[in-house]
Amino acid sequence: MYGRKVKLRFFFVLLILIALILSVFLILKSLEENVVYFQSPTEIKALEETEKKKIRVGGMVKKNSIFIEAKDLQFVITDFKNEINVIYSGAVPNLFSEEKGVVAEGYLKDKNFFLATKILAKHDENYMPPEVKAALEEK
Amino acid sequence: MFKFLEPNRIFSITSKAPRYVFILFIIVFFIGLFEALVLSPEDYKQSHSVRIMYVHVPAAWISIGIFSTITFLSIIGYIFKIKNFFLISKSLAPSGLVFNVIALVTGSIWGKPTWGTWWAWDARITSMLILALFYLMYLISWRIYDDNDKVYKISSIITIFGIINVPIIKYSVDWWNTLHQPASINIFSQSSIHESMLLPLLIMTAAFALFSLLIFLMKYNTELIKIKNKGLDRL
Repeated sequence: MYGRKVKLRFFFVLLILIALILSVFLILKSLEENVVYFQSPTEIKALEETEKKKIRVGGMVKKNSIFIEAKDLQFVITDFKNEINVIYSGAVPNLFSEEKGVVAEGYLKDKNFFLATKILAKHDENYMPPEVKAALEEK
Repeated sequence: MFKFLEPNRIFSITSKAPRYVFILFIIVFFIGLFEALVLSPEDYKQSHSVRIMYVHVPAAWISIGIFSTITFLSIIGYIFKIKNFFLISKSLAPSGLVFNVIALVTGSIWGKPTWGTWWAWDARITSMLILALFYLMYLISWRIYDDNDKVYKISSIITIFGIINVPIIKYSVDWWNTLHQPASINIFSQSSIHESMLLPLLIMTAAFALFSLLIFLMKYNTELIKIKNKGLDRL
């Protein structure tokens, strides 16, 4: 039906695509550790030794864990399996609050203590008007 | 078979269309803006800054959609040697790049008040930046090569390389930990965005699509005029 050249061009494109997909997949697979923007407390616990370089820890701010003392802010990041204590001094984003997503950038003191140099808020994919939120909470 | 592809015939339609598309765009755009800025409610958490979403998300969708279309047309055009498809791709690309840049810039503006940073090298944001680079490469390739056969091949190859990035953009938020939130709108399951906010989002998407169509028609007409001036009667 189609000419030989058309078929050849079709297979040529197909081969390029397959080769590209496989190589990109391999690259991303091997770079997995660096592609993630932050690690969860569970992943931190699983580390063999505490890293000295700057890392990011992310998860939820545990309920009733925010504690402000003079300039220092303390709170607990949880992924509902493991927890890590964070100490930070400085400004936090508006969306930073309990039971909301957070990403802390800084250094590990040990596996339970994290000295943050920067706090970022990670918000979730839920969008709704305040009235709806209030109605949901009443339920 | 390709009689309907005669430049004169296409031109008789595409030269009149921009006027109507422009009027439609203006109407839809202002309805969308009114919905987004006045009628839609503020978010329970982000309050008014959520309104940036009504520009950010449609712009990202359109730029990804246009890149996918360009790739599809380029591959089909390359396999079956359909010259017209390359010209359509070439005319589509600029609005895709513009919306890509808009998505990046509004994302940055949105990121500062919500996340607390202008930029983060997370997978979603970086892959979106890579898409912009592919758009640039694609557009530059058209300027570098004067030989038609060469530019068709090279621009097609660029789109094939670039398309690998598109599923990465889509699924980056599911595959890896990212600062960017996961998708709110799912075709197959319940969306996690309230209807009153979904409506302006969809209207703005329609408005941006119309704007892309308008820019496309203007660019495409220029291409057709160039062909006519060269005295070629077929694409």
